[in-house]
Amino acid sequence: MRQNSLQQRLGLNTLRFFVLLVLLFLGIILWEVFSKGSGVINSGFLFDYPRKGMTLGGIFPTIMGTIFVTLVTTIFAIPMGIATAIYLSEYANDNGINRLIRASIRNLAGVPSIIYGLFGVAVFVQGMGLGSSVLSSGLTLGLLTLPYIITTTEEALKNVPHSYREGALALGATKWEAIWTNVLPSAVSGIVTGSILGLSRAAGETAPILFTGVAFYLRYLPGSVYDSFMAMPYHLYILSTQHHAIEEVRPLAYGTALVLLSLVFVLNIIAFIIRYRYRNFNKARI
Amino acid sequence: MQKRHFIDIAIKWLFFGAAATSVMVLLGIFGMLLFNGVKAFAHISLAEFFFSSNWNPSAYGKPSYGILAMLTSTFLVTLGAMLLAVPLGVGAATYLAQVATEKTRLILKPVIELLAAIPSVVVGFIGIVMVGPFIARVFGLSNGLTALNGAILLAVMSLPTIITVAEDAIRSVPNSFKEASYSLGANQWTTLIKVVLPAAYSGIIAAIILGMGRAIGETMTVLMATGNALAMPRGFFDPVRTMTATIAIELGEVPYGTTHYYSLFAVGALLFLISLVVNLLAENLAGRYRYKL
Repeated sequence: MRQNSLQQRLGLNTLRFFVLLVLLFLGIILWEVFSKGSGVINSGFLFDYPRKGMTLGGIFPTIMGTIFVTLVTTIFAIPMGIATAIYLSEYANDNGINRLIRASIRNLAGVPSIIYGLFGVAVFVQGMGLGSSVLSSGLTLGLLTLPYIITTTEEALKNVPHSYREGALALGATKWEAIWTNVLPSAVSGIVTGSILGLSRAAGETAPILFTGVAFYLRYLPGSVYDSFMAMPYHLYILSTQHHAIEEVRPLAYGTALVLLSLVFVLNIIAFIIRYRYRNFNKARI
Repeated sequence: MQKRHFIDIAIKWLFFGAAATSVMVLLGIFGMLLFNGVKAFAHISLAEFFFSSNWNPSAYGKPSYGILAMLTSTFLVTLGAMLLAVPLGVGAATYLAQVATEKTRLILKPVIELLAAIPSVVVGFIGIVMVGPFIARVFGLSNGLTALNGAILLAVMSLPTIITVAEDAIRSVPNSFKEASYSLGANQWTTLIKVVLPAAYSGIIAAIILGMGRAIGETMTVLMATGNALAMPRGFFDPVRTMTATIAIELGEVPYGTTHYYSLFAVGALLFLISLVVNLLAENLAGRYRYKL
């Protein structure tokens, strides 16, 4: 019996240690980037163009490029994702074609991001003749985030109680009217949360934009969706592996990593807060 | 028919169209990879592609297209990542699902999701500036950008997937299983190891497979942190170049429509098939752990 309890103490403490180790990984990454990156962050770094072969100056065009391409992703992926989720949650019964749709979405979620890059090159850049552009990259990233937005939105819709729909239908509303007036308003925070998380993922991706529109260095911001652009993740990649003076630009790489990580984390924290408040709001309502 | 009923039907079909797009995209990806990939085999024999470890498409005179070395590299890095991530991930998932208080769990889960949110290019950067040099110092290597470096980073990246899915599986084990074990006099640890984990077995395997899929398909991290050497790796201390990294490195500089260009799509097609098998396998297993009581 004593040996048993010793074993139990040892075992449970090992599990505790594993959790701490996972947290430690996160802590180490954050500490490394924040402690070494914060030194270079100032208004010049955020609002200037790179200068002298990217050894001086800031990352302004990469921030704008990332925002620009994420906007295109938003415009494409969010309506598409919400429409699909509404179909799956509200209309689809369990027949062959709907099972095929669900299986496709689950499998799309597991397709490696570089494959989306290949698809973007073959279909958007060359097939549709959109060229190496914000539009090609935005659409490629849109496809990548689509399964994510669909899954989270569907979950949000499924959490709306059935009585909400039935109430509207009993008053003579059509199915769409019930969805529009009763289901969507209740699910909106869940949908927003999922969309923000999906976009934060798109903003940090590199592989899908590598060949579909991102540029090493540009002296101008993209003027239209048909221009190529600079982006933060790709900028970090070239500063840390492709630059001619890698050691010299290391502080700038840390700074870029910090700005990118901050953007992604701020989006995640916003999503978390919305989800948290929504949870309390729902508790109060039911 | 009233206008509002017409709108109702039109909207249903509009949403069905959006949903059907996902099927078309998946088929489109597969078709595109196959269509372009097959063209590579007009000039490459299947035997050379799969069984030669010599990849040198730009060689003057006689280019070679063997993927064995990069296939091995992909599996070596993935294997290393799983050796680290499986015990850690399943252990952490067990803790979150069965040992931690509800409050601890609610705090830790979003923190682990935060780990999943770190862009892969940032993880690769950490590999270059921190993990790689650390490995070089500890093992006395001249260069830390090795398969081991990639394995460690991919382990960190696949941890959130493994933890989330495994935790879900472990939590879904009915309480009655545990209660039966306790009533027979077993303590918490014995119950966990002998009852709860075996009951969640297929879900845990699904979690591991999904984590593996994440590691196999990861591009930027391995591209930045594993040294990108084309030779057949002999172990974890060799630099490697995976399938994903090869596509990322070469697609940018290859002329459109050449055998080299098509061969990269062939590599992509193989990668796609691997990810498809991984997903279907995980899905099949994950469906099994749900206890209907």
